[in-house]
Amino acid sequence: MKIAVLQFPGSNCDLDAFHLFATGLGLPTRFVWHKETRLGEADLVVVPGGFSYGDYLRCGAIARFSPVMGAVRDHAEKGGVILGICNGFQILCEAGLLPGALIRNSSLEFRCVTCDLAVEDAGPAFNTRSLGRRIRLPIAHGEGNYRIDAAGRESLETNHQVLLRYVDNPNGSQGSIAGVRNEEGNVFGMMPHPDRAFERFHPSRDGIAVARAVLSLRFPEILKMSA
Amino acid sequence: MNRAPLPPNPDPVLNQPITPELVRKHGLLPEEYELVRRHLGGEPTLTELGIFSVMWSEHCSYKNTRPLLKGFPTEKVGATEAFGRVLVKAGEENAGIIDIGDGWAIAFKIESHNHPSAVEPFEGAATGVGGIIRDIFTMGARPVLLTNSLRFGELDSPATKRLLRGVVAGISHYGNCVGVPTVGGDVYFDRSYEGNPLVNALCLGTLRHDQIRRGKATGLGNPVYYVGAATGRDGLGGAAFASKELSAESASDRPAVQKGDPFMEKLLIEACLEMMAVPGLVVGIQDMGAAGLTCSTCETASRGGSGIEIELDRVPQREEGMNSYEIMLSESQERMLVIVQKGREREIEEVFAKWDLHAAHVGTVTDTGRMLVRQHGVVVADIPASALTDDAPVYQRESRRPAYLDETSRWTPEGSGLADLDLAGAAAALPRLLSHPTIASKRWIYRQYDHMVQHGTVVLPGSDAGVVRLRLGSAEKFIAISNDCNGRYCYLNPRRGATIAMVECLRNLVCAGATPLAMTDNLNFGNPYKPEAFYQLKECVAGLAEACRFFDVPVVGGNVSLYNESPEGAIDPTPTVSVVGFIEEEAHITRQFAREAGERLVLLGGAPSELGGSQFLGLIHGMKTGDAPGVDLGAEGRLQGFLLGQIRVGRVRAAHDLSEGGLMVALSEMLFGPERLGAAVDLSGLPAPRLDALLFGESQGRVLVSVSPAELPAFIAAAGAARVPADDIGRVSAADALTVKTALGPLEWSVPGLRTAWDTSIERAMKRPGLG
Repeated sequence: MKIAVLQFPGSNCDLDAFHLFATGLGLPTRFVWHKETRLGEADLVVVPGGFSYGDYLRCGAIARFSPVMGAVRDHAEKGGVILGICNGFQILCEAGLLPGALIRNSSLEFRCVTCDLAVEDAGPAFNTRSLGRRIRLPIAHGEGNYRIDAAGRESLETNHQVLLRYVDNPNGSQGSIAGVRNEEGNVFGMMPHPDRAFERFHPSRDGIAVARAVLSLRFPEILKMSA
Repeated sequence: MNRAPLPPNPDPVLNQPITPELVRKHGLLPEEYELVRRHLGGEPTLTELGIFSVMWSEHCSYKNTRPLLKGFPTEKVGATEAFGRVLVKAGEENAGIIDIGDGWAIAFKIESHNHPSAVEPFEGAATGVGGIIRDIFTMGARPVLLTNSLRFGELDSPATKRLLRGVVAGISHYGNCVGVPTVGGDVYFDRSYEGNPLVNALCLGTLRHDQIRRGKATGLGNPVYYVGAATGRDGLGGAAFASKELSAESASDRPAVQKGDPFMEKLLIEACLEMMAVPGLVVGIQDMGAAGLTCSTCETASRGGSGIEIELDRVPQREEGMNSYEIMLSESQERMLVIVQKGREREIEEVFAKWDLHAAHVGTVTDTGRMLVRQHGVVVADIPASALTDDAPVYQRESRRPAYLDETSRWTPEGSGLADLDLAGAAAALPRLLSHPTIASKRWIYRQYDHMVQHGTVVLPGSDAGVVRLRLGSAEKFIAISNDCNGRYCYLNPRRGATIAMVECLRNLVCAGATPLAMTDNLNFGNPYKPEAFYQLKECVAGLAEACRFFDVPVVGGNVSLYNESPEGAIDPTPTVSVVGFIEEEAHITRQFAREAGERLVLLGGAPSELGGSQFLGLIHGMKTGDAPGVDLGAEGRLQGFLLGQIRVGRVRAAHDLSEGGLMVALSEMLFGPERLGAAVDLSGLPAPRLDALLFGESQGRVLVSVSPAELPAFIAAAGAARVPADDIGRVSAADALTVKTALGPLEWSVPGLRTAWDTSIERAMKRPGLG
C-alpha cells in the first residue's frame, strides 16, 4: 500500500497527514509537489488540509488549477482512491470530484473543536461495520458549511454518499453533513481531521480507523490488522 | 566618520531642508538631532533623518530601558552539558536560543503589537503574529507553537467588544493560515486597558544546534538578497508610531499599521528553511520587521562589523514612484534580508523560484562600516552602521514613586471597615467571580485559534499550561509553556507584582509537571518620560530579575512597549512573563482537572488570608487597592520542588494553581474538566480571620491538588518532610454539588450552574444576534 500526500503552496496539514499514514499506520508515504504532473505509484492520494494559495478567493478555487490536479483527475477516473481532508475536501469539491460546496461557517468564525460524528453506512468500505456508530475527530476550519442543491442532496442520500454527520452541528452544514464520497465510491472528502486523531495523546485515535476504512476499499485485509 | 556632503537629489521632496519642525515630527529631540549631525559630520538628507528617527525610536533602540534590562540574568547557572545552556543570549539576535539536549534547541520570544491593534485590531494583531514568527525562523528554527497575552478594558463596552473580536479574528486569521498552533495564552479585562489594549504574541521554534543562523553581514563582496513580499507604502514609520502615546488623532495614523499576508509568510517559512538547510549557502539572515529595510541592513552590518551597500531600484516594489524615504521606512510585511555566499547566487534563486517568491539581489557586503543606499544612481543615505545601533542614545530617566501608593499600600480591610462576607454573600460571590471575563473560560477565544495543527498539542488551551510534543528527527520531547501577569498587583506594588507574575508562571508549569527552563518577557508600560511611569518600569524589572535569579531561569529575549497611554491615562504596569518548561517524561504531564470521585483534595501552602489587589475586591466592592499579596521565594521554591517531586513519583492526579478568585475559583475550575464531578470540602478547621479572604483572597504560593485516597498518607508525610503546609480539605464526589463547610456554616452550589456561569460568560457577551 503506497500513499501519496499532495503539497500545495499553503498546505499546512501535509505533515499531519504524512504522519497519520507513515507513523500511525506504518505505511510507505511520500509527498507530491503541486507542480508535478505525475503522481507516481500511489494506492491512495491524500489531499491535505491548510490554506492552499491562502484561500483568499474561495477555498480550493485556485488549487484545482494546479498542474498536479490533472493527474489526480486521471487517478480518480481509473478508480484510484482519494481522500480529501478539510482544505483537501474543499479542493475536491471545487475540482468537481466531489458533489457540493463549502461556504463560511454560520457563526462567521473559525472553529477548532473536537466533534462527535455519526457514521453512515456509505458503501463497502466506509460504514458502521468498519468504524462503529460514533467516532470523535477534531475540526479546524472557517469554511466548513456544506451546501448542495435539492436534487444533489436527494441523490447523495439515496446513493448513501454521506460518510459522516455532526452530532452537534458546528458550522451550519446542510443535513449536518461532515463528509461525503463520490457516486463511484472511490473519492472521499471530510472536514474533520483524522490526521489529528492517531497519537496516544490525541482526543481520540479514530483517525486510524478512518484511514483504514478508506484503504479497505482496495485492501480489505487492512481492517483485520492490529492497531 | 565625516563624509562628503551628499549630492543634491533630483526629487525635490527628498531635497527639502531639514527644519526643526521636521525634526520634531520625526520624534527626535533637538539634542538627538545634534548627535545625528555629529555622526554624519553634516546635515542629514530627508532619507537619513527618517532612518535615524526609526532606529533611535524606543521600539528599535531601547534607549530608555537598555540600562535596566542589563539587570536580567541571561545565563542558566545550573545548566549542564545535556540541558539548559543558553546558546544565543538575549539581545544578541532576533531571538534567544536554549539547549534542550541531544543536539536540539528551542528559540522563543514574545513581542508586542499594542498600538497597531488599538487602531486597527484585526491587522494589528495579525501582523503581530507574523512578526514574531519571522523572528523565530530567521534563527533557523521551525515555528511549532504560538501563544499570546491580551489585555482589554472591561467587556461591557461596545468598543472593547469590537477590539476583542478584531484582535482574536486577526490572530486566528494569521496563525491558522500559517499553520502554527496557538496553544495557550492569558487574557485580562480591566478598565486600565480601555482604549489601549495589549497584544503580545509569542512564537517558539525548534532547531538543531548546527542550524542556528545569525543576523550578520560578513564576507567582503557577498551578495545581499531581498526575499519575500514586495515593498509598498504600508506601515510607514510604524516603529516610530509605536513609540508615541495614543491620542484621538491616532486613527488617522492608519497607514502606520501594516497589512499581513499569512500565505506569503507560510511560503517564506518553507523557502527560508529550505534555503538554510543547504550547507554553507546562507551567511546571515534577518527579517524586515520594525523599520523594515533600514533596520535589517544596518543591524546585520553592525553585528558583522562590516558595511553594506544597497541599490533601491532593485527592491521589488508593489507601488509606483516610491522614493527612497518610503522604501527605507516601509514596514511591509513578510520580507527578509539574506546574505549569501558569493558565487552561489543561483542556488538561492532556485529555491525561491520553486516557491514563486521574489529573491532580488539588492546589494553587497562591504568593509567600510557604513550603510550606503542608492536610488536612481544617487546616494540617498551614507551612515556609519553602528551610529544607528550601538551608538544610539541611552538615557537614565527620572523615577518617582507614585503618590497613590501611599494610600493603597496602607489599606487593610479592617482599617477601612470593610464588612466580611456572610454565607449568602459568599454564595452569591462565587458565580459572579466565575463569570467575570478575566476568570471565565476563554473557550470563545481559543476555539477560533487552530490549536491542534502540527498534531503535537498534548494539553489543549484551558489548563494551567499548554503542553506540546516536539518531534525532533526520530525522537520526541515534551515542553510546557505558560504566560502570566496580573497588572493589578503591579499597579499596587510594582516590584512584588512583577515577582508574582514570574513565580505564578513557574507554578503553572510545575502544576503541569514541567521543570522551568527559560523566560521571555514583554514590558508594557506608560510614557517613560513621566517619572511615575518610569518608577513602575524600574521596580517591575527589579522584581522580575530577582525571581529569575532565585529560580535560575534566565531571560532569553523579550520586548519593551512604552507609551501605553490613552487619553484616560496609563495602563496598569504589565510586565508579561512567559516561561518554557521541560517535561522529562510523558507520564509526568498533569492537568488541572479532578479525574474521578473519591480523590482527596489537598491545599498546599496554607489557608489564604490576604484581600489586597484581589478580583474579589474589584468585582464585589469596586476597589483596586491594598498591597499586592506577599511573596516568600523560599516557601515558593519548597512548594514547587515538592510538587514536581510528587508528580514525578506519580502521586498527583491533578494540580491547579490558586490565582485570580482564590481558593473557591480554583476548586470550581478543577471540577470543570471532561468528567462531571462535584466536591465536598471542609474549611472550618483552617485558620481564617476573615471568610472573604479565605474563600477568595489571592495569597501566593498555593496549589490545590487531587490525590488518590491510598496515596494520601504518603503525600501528607512527604509534604511535612519538605516543610510545605498541606491540608486535606475534602474529596471529589460523583454528585453534581460543591459543598463547603465553613466556620459560619455550610455553603452549597450546583456544579452545572457554576460551570455554565464560567463557560458561557464571554460567549454571551460576544453573541451576535441571528448567528448560530
